[in-house]
Amino acid sequence: MMIKSLLAVFLAAILTENYVLTKFLGICPFLGVSKKFGTAVGMSVAVTVVMMIATAVTFPLYTLVLVPLDLAYLQTIVFILVIAALVQLVEIVLKRYIPALYRALGIYLPLITTNCAVLGITILVLEKSAADASYTFLHAMVNAFGTGVGYLVAMVLFAGVRERLESADVPRSLKGLPITLISAAIVALSFLGFGGLVEGLLGGGV
Amino acid sequence: MNPVLLAVLLLSGLGLFLGIGLGVANHFMGVKEDPKVTALKGCLPGANCGACGFSGCAGYAEALAKSPNVRTNLCVVGGDAVSAQIAAILGTEAKATERRVARVRCRGTADACKRTADYVGVTTCRAAASYYNGGSACAYGCIGLGDCAAVCDVQAISVRQGVAAIDESLCVGCEKCARVCPKDRITVLPVRIPTVLCGNPEKGAATKAVCTAGCVGCKLCERACEVGAITVSDGLARIDKTKCVGCGKCAAACRFGVIRLHTENA
Repeated sequence: MMIKSLLAVFLAAILTENYVLTKFLGICPFLGVSKKFGTAVGMSVAVTVVMMIATAVTFPLYTLVLVPLDLAYLQTIVFILVIAALVQLVEIVLKRYIPALYRALGIYLPLITTNCAVLGITILVLEKSAADASYTFLHAMVNAFGTGVGYLVAMVLFAGVRERLESADVPRSLKGLPITLISAAIVALSFLGFGGLVEGLLGGGV
Repeated sequence: MNPVLLAVLLLSGLGLFLGIGLGVANHFMGVKEDPKVTALKGCLPGANCGACGFSGCAGYAEALAKSPNVRTNLCVVGGDAVSAQIAAILGTEAKATERRVARVRCRGTADACKRTADYVGVTTCRAAASYYNGGSACAYGCIGLGDCAAVCDVQAISVRQGVAAIDESLCVGCEKCARVCPKDRITVLPVRIPTVLCGNPEKGAATKAVCTAGCVGCKLCERACEVGAITVSDGLARIDKTKCVGCGKCAAACRFGVIRLHTENA
């Protein structure tokens, strides 16, 4: 039962609750970094790692510190503080131990600091756990991982779309960002088709 | 406890904790950049052209700081001024940069080189190269649709009579054009070295059949060269730039004008 509910959370995070394409969070890097396949994957991996670390820290911080002290309203500012510090830490560690990855990620790593998708996952898992008592820390972590994978899926799909756009004959007035936004909307629309899929697959209770 | 005070204390405490944590992490795991590298990066032009042979200006700066064998005069964009600055930072003697310019190794203009077809399509060399060389009879020559001119930052390249022409007084030797040429027809060489302006390795008769401006491999230049820098093989003369002294005897010996000795603004 546990595994089934974790699987449901994971799949929902990728498909029905895809942060980029159905919740519209993290659009900036989605449009900015999806030009090339390689950087799209690198950015998504970085986002996934930061999302998981951030959730691992903020979830207990909220339930064990902020709620008992009656300071739940400080959630947003505390989380931003924690995420910013975490990204800095990840940056220091990467620079020291995996300089190749550090150089590959370049500017994207600091950009994640202010990525709303990361803040979004930390806050939304708390909302879910407040609404459903069976939603544990483990669920939150799986959710964070799934969201990161969902981000990867969206980025990679869109990178493919954009590579085709490069060679497409686009009307002059739509060249560049306009056609990118339109195609992003169409890709987002296609993700609507996943609605109800996870419930249908695993028999409700998500 | 006063809830306002508690909130302030919690936030500042958290901030302090994270700040100290980051400070400690940076102390133990931080990577200290060599101050020399920072200074070198500062004096390099930042063009990231890669003409020095390293991956951009940062790569060159790191290589310079690491090894004394890396020459200080490799930056063609910055020239002598940058070479002197680099030498000052490293405490070595400045060497003059050898000015390098790009050359188009082809003279197959519209009236010299025969055509087999008219090319209609995407007007880039890259596209044309994949489709019967854009209708040119010579499979090695300049296609002349100006991919090189499009990437040139200093507008040194123009296409004249179907062949790219480089204004050497403007060229900074960044090699961008050489990288973009689908026929590999552009090379960047020190100014003093002459260039064989043909890349067709077919036998003389076959070359002549498609282009009147090509190298036929007659070996006159090979015999004229006193330092043995020229070899003719596959019906095409090739100059060894490590042996060449730039005397220009080959250019004088060539009856077809295929070898050109370059002077500034030649």
